Amino acid sequence: MKKKSGIIGSVVVALLLGGAGMAFAIAWRPAIAAIDPPKPQSFDASLVRRGRELAALGNCNDCHTVRGAKNFAGGLPVPTPFGTIYSSNITPDAETGIGRWSEAAFLRAMRLGVDRQGRHLYPTFPYDHFTNVSDDDDRALYAFLMTREPVHAPPRDNQLAFPLNQRVVVAGWKFLFLRPGAYKPDPTRSAEWNRGAYLVEGLAHCGACHTPRNALGAEKLNAMFAGGDVDHWRAYPINAQSPAPVPWNADALYAYLRDGFHSDHGTARGPMAEVVRNLSAVPGSDVRAIATYMADVFGAPSAEQKQRGEAALAQVKSAPAATTVDSPAGSIYVAACAGCHESGRPPPYGGINLALSTAISGSDPRNLANIVLAGVRPVEGERSPIMPGFAASMSDTQVAALLTYLRARFSKQPAWTDLGNIVAEARRTQTASMETPADARNASAASTERAKP
Amino acid sequence: MMTLKVNGQDHQIDAEPDTPLLYVLRDDLKLNAAKYGCGLGQCGSCTVIVDGKAVLSCVTPVLLLEGKQVTTLEGLGTVAAPSPIQRAFMEEQAAQCGYCIAGMMMRAQALLQRNSKPTDEQIRAELEPNLCRCGTHMRILRAVHRAAQLMDTAELSPAGQRSAQ
Repeated sequence: MKKKSGIIGSVVVALLLGGAGMAFAIAWRPAIAAIDPPKPQSFDASLVRRGRELAALGNCNDCHTVRGAKNFAGGLPVPTPFGTIYSSNITPDAETGIGRWSEAAFLRAMRLGVDRQGRHLYPTFPYDHFTNVSDDDDRALYAFLMTREPVHAPPRDNQLAFPLNQRVVVAGWKFLFLRPGAYKPDPTRSAEWNRGAYLVEGLAHCGACHTPRNALGAEKLNAMFAGGDVDHWRAYPINAQSPAPVPWNADALYAYLRDGFHSDHGTARGPMAEVVRNLSAVPGSDVRAIATYMADVFGAPSAEQKQRGEAALAQVKSAPAATTVDSPAGSIYVAACAGCHESGRPPPYGGINLALSTAISGSDPRNLANIVLAGVRPVEGERSPIMPGFAASMSDTQVAALLTYLRARFSKQPAWTDLGNIVAEARRTQTASMETPADARNASAASTERAKP
Repeated sequence: MMTLKVNGQDHQIDAEPDTPLLYVLRDDLKLNAAKYGCGLGQCGSCTVIVDGKAVLSCVTPVLLLEGKQVTTLEGLGTVAAPSPIQRAFMEEQAAQCGYCIAGMMMRAQALLQRNSKPTDEQIRAELEPNLCRCGTHMRILRAVHRAAQLMDTAELSPAGQRSAQ
């Protein structure tokens, strides 16, 4: 008996030790020695240029820059269901940025989500995608970032409750959800398709917004590109479940991603605006590759989707001038919307006919509410669309009535519910800076926003 | 028939509910300060104030104005007694052709009513929807700052007198 309990005891001890050892092996990452910040001249100019294009493909500036502050200096609050996480300073500042990171430390951060000191990074930094990036591309990104202007900007403290504020917890998350390793090409597919897949699944991290997440905040692998949420906006499903009235194809995707608009689909705004702005500055062949791969992800349209697209285009062609006014919401549409949206002028100068609008045919009314209230502001230096916002002239009830009208008139989908709350929430989040009472509009409020609208 | 309250006065309006406010102001009420520019809410020359907020009257159907207060430039001051914003725009000679100026003044007025000391950056952001093709932007900026000062002293002097008593 005594002998038996002794055996059990040593098994338990062995298991505990083994478990602890395994946990240690999973969680512990060594620091990588600090270096003196390398001189910008020490990097090859063509490598830096390549890195600039890659950083644009990765949309790095979008999360690592706040409005009114220096590029890549970080500090953007990223709200998550678990708390708020602030983006880091990725300028080569020695004290507050990545100036003391060696190339090896940078490569490890991209591949494994660990900082130079060996601390686990939260997966708001999408290393579940960046792990797919090749060493060569990581080196170019490193060269680009290390030749930026160093900015002294201390990191802001994340707002996370215990135990999530313990970075060791992230090791468990990685054990479950991170599959480290560079992208493996599919030899049965074309070089262009593989290039697109490498970019989409890696640096461009499209799924970070467009794939829904599970209870632990990881992308659901069984629902890739099925639509997600970002900054109070809906990232539409970009697979076979796409609600776009006209089915997407590679040519339309290329034009949309490259120019920011397409006459069958409209304009990319909300959080997608910065993505297309960045994609206008990368090699066209890379955008083409992304379009090729994503067209495959969307898949060939079903007979029903094709028919829906043809019906929408037919509705546009045959649309009578907006003269039939049968309700207050119809009057609002005629006076406030139709002037641009039935003008027949192509985007970005005219609005698309709303029969083509994914915001109206999609299941989630938030994007439409956001746009109606806040409008679309012009972007400096860009051939960008503009639309006036109607927050000042319409009440929540009137906006909700307009949305109901648009949904009924321009889609075949069931009416939206709970619009009162959704519109109120959209007004709260989208027009905060417009509605700010006397004298409260200041730089610190602006610094919590992304650099571009 | 609906009642439209403009510059403190009630007007009985006989217009279709989808008629843009701008048309009613100009055609029915003969208030011509608000201008027709693009008719699409993209230039700002039709800007008026509705319940304290700048609104583009060319894309605002009158049905949205039930029970609301509309203020046009005519409601701010007169030639004999210009309001601070009008004085400031004149003193800074901010108008060239002047077509955009009524809208500029109304949007600036709405800004100054909720933020009495806006920074240059705030004025630029606020006036972004209003276009000026003559290029008097720098004068417009100075005029808004001057209007802020004028309003400030106009408000302070009676208070100063009170405290002196």
